[in-house]
Amino acid sequence: MAIISTAGLTRAFRTKHGLVEAVRGIDLVVRPGEILGLLGPNGAGKTTTLRMLTTLLAPTGGAATVAGCDLATDPAGVRLACGYVAQSGGVDPQVTAREELVTQGRLYRLPKARAAERAEELAHDLGLTDLLDRRTSTLSGGQRRRLDIALALTHHPKVLFLDEPTTGLDPAGRAGLWDLVRRLRDEHGTTVFLTTHYLDEADALSDRLVIVDKGVVVADGTPTALKLEHGGSIDASLQETFLAITGRGPAPADATPVAV
Amino acid sequence: MLLHDTALIYGRHLRQSLRSRFGLVFGMLVPLLYLLFFGPLLTHLPLRAQGSSWQTLVPGVLLQLGLFGSAFAGFSVIVEKNQGVLERMRVTPVSRLALLLGRVLRDATVLVAQAVVLVLAAVVLGLRAPLPGILIGFGFVALLTVSLGSLSYATAMKVATPQEFGPLVNATTMPSMLLSGLILPMTLAPGWLNVLSHLMPFRYLVDAVRDAYVGSYTTAHMLYGVLVALGFALVAVTVGTRVFRTAGA
Repeated sequence: MAIISTAGLTRAFRTKHGLVEAVRGIDLVVRPGEILGLLGPNGAGKTTTLRMLTTLLAPTGGAATVAGCDLATDPAGVRLACGYVAQSGGVDPQVTAREELVTQGRLYRLPKARAAERAEELAHDLGLTDLLDRRTSTLSGGQRRRLDIALALTHHPKVLFLDEPTTGLDPAGRAGLWDLVRRLRDEHGTTVFLTTHYLDEADALSDRLVIVDKGVVVADGTPTALKLEHGGSIDASLQETFLAITGRGPAPADATPVAV
Repeated sequence: MLLHDTALIYGRHLRQSLRSRFGLVFGMLVPLLYLLFFGPLLTHLPLRAQGSSWQTLVPGVLLQLGLFGSAFAGFSVIVEKNQGVLERMRVTPVSRLALLLGRVLRDATVLVAQAVVLVLAAVVLGLRAPLPGILIGFGFVALLTVSLGSLSYATAMKVATPQEFGPLVNATTMPSMLLSGLILPMTLAPGWLNVLSHLMPFRYLVDAVRDAYVGSYTTAHMLYGVLVALGFALVAVTVGTRVFRTAGA
């Protein structure tokens, strides 16, 4: 039983320099409750893949289902089944955390009172209770990231998509986020699909890694299996493995992603 | 659901506008300056057979407010795109049309409120016009705002940076203003300019509001004005909806 499955998922963009294929036929199967790390150099198509799976971007080829809903024919079903945190986050700096959480609840069609209640619940779960009435611009990077995730969890999604969730966080913030992701899976059985540049993060957090390069899947397996197969030994670092697979080093974390 | 979502987005953005009192006041500044420093120049000029110069100038100033107020509205969408707010909302079940309508209705509310203040200022300066005519004028401001706002948001969804958006809007609004006779009526213009101005949709709107301000509600100008305003709104909202539905594509 797969919670996400894609077949030949493709996305091409028309640009000044002609047709650019950001994603060139991705086949993936994700099992329920899995933490899947999507890894790859800049421009490999990670964000584009995520944006297709969350209905933000229509694929130009291939097919996919998320939680049993077909991306092309039932985008509304996909939206109800998944939560998404973009790399940039998604809060208005001028409003309070509470207003964002309540608005999100209302966007998911919760009645007013229930949306207010849900905001409190989420704040409690993610340790934001004391920050509820602060404007989001005054939150630290880690706090804001937790707020972004709280927003994405409003409707108890089966799948949570996180695009480079720890980029820009300090070490404590990263560790906190790792714990949170594990807790979501352990307590709620949420499937977590995340992209990352950080190899240690992929290693520590993911049950399984999918490595993409130039828009296609080039390796897929548990971190251990990948090290054994591509790095030559179980003691190989993920860095060595990654280099062996893609033929180049991972891009620096602060490099600008391709905006689409 | 469309109504629920539109109300939600409208409320969010109206609160956003109200937080920025500075923006609300400064939005009115240019049209107010026209009334204060340009209006008095016209009081003894024979602009039109009927009514005072104020009945000619104020409709133009109101539509100018609508034109500039809504044409630049798209800037906010560029900011929200960069903050990720728009994508965060687009992964929820919220109606795509509501994301547009909530915004343009907020703009219409703000600009009509500013128009009310301008008319009050104009009355102090010497404007005398029938109340139904003044109300019709507000109706046209609202329709113009909804139309241009839709186009502005649609454009903003398509361009990547404010640096592209600003000049683009400037390059369209300035000629529109000059060619529609918003400042002075096009009846003063030489034949070729008058003909050219009929290609501008705003020309019909301002002619209609000028008729309304002298109490003529059943003229050909009024009919054309209503038809053009409604037609323009229909086309603009359709374009806006399409872009908001497929955005990111």
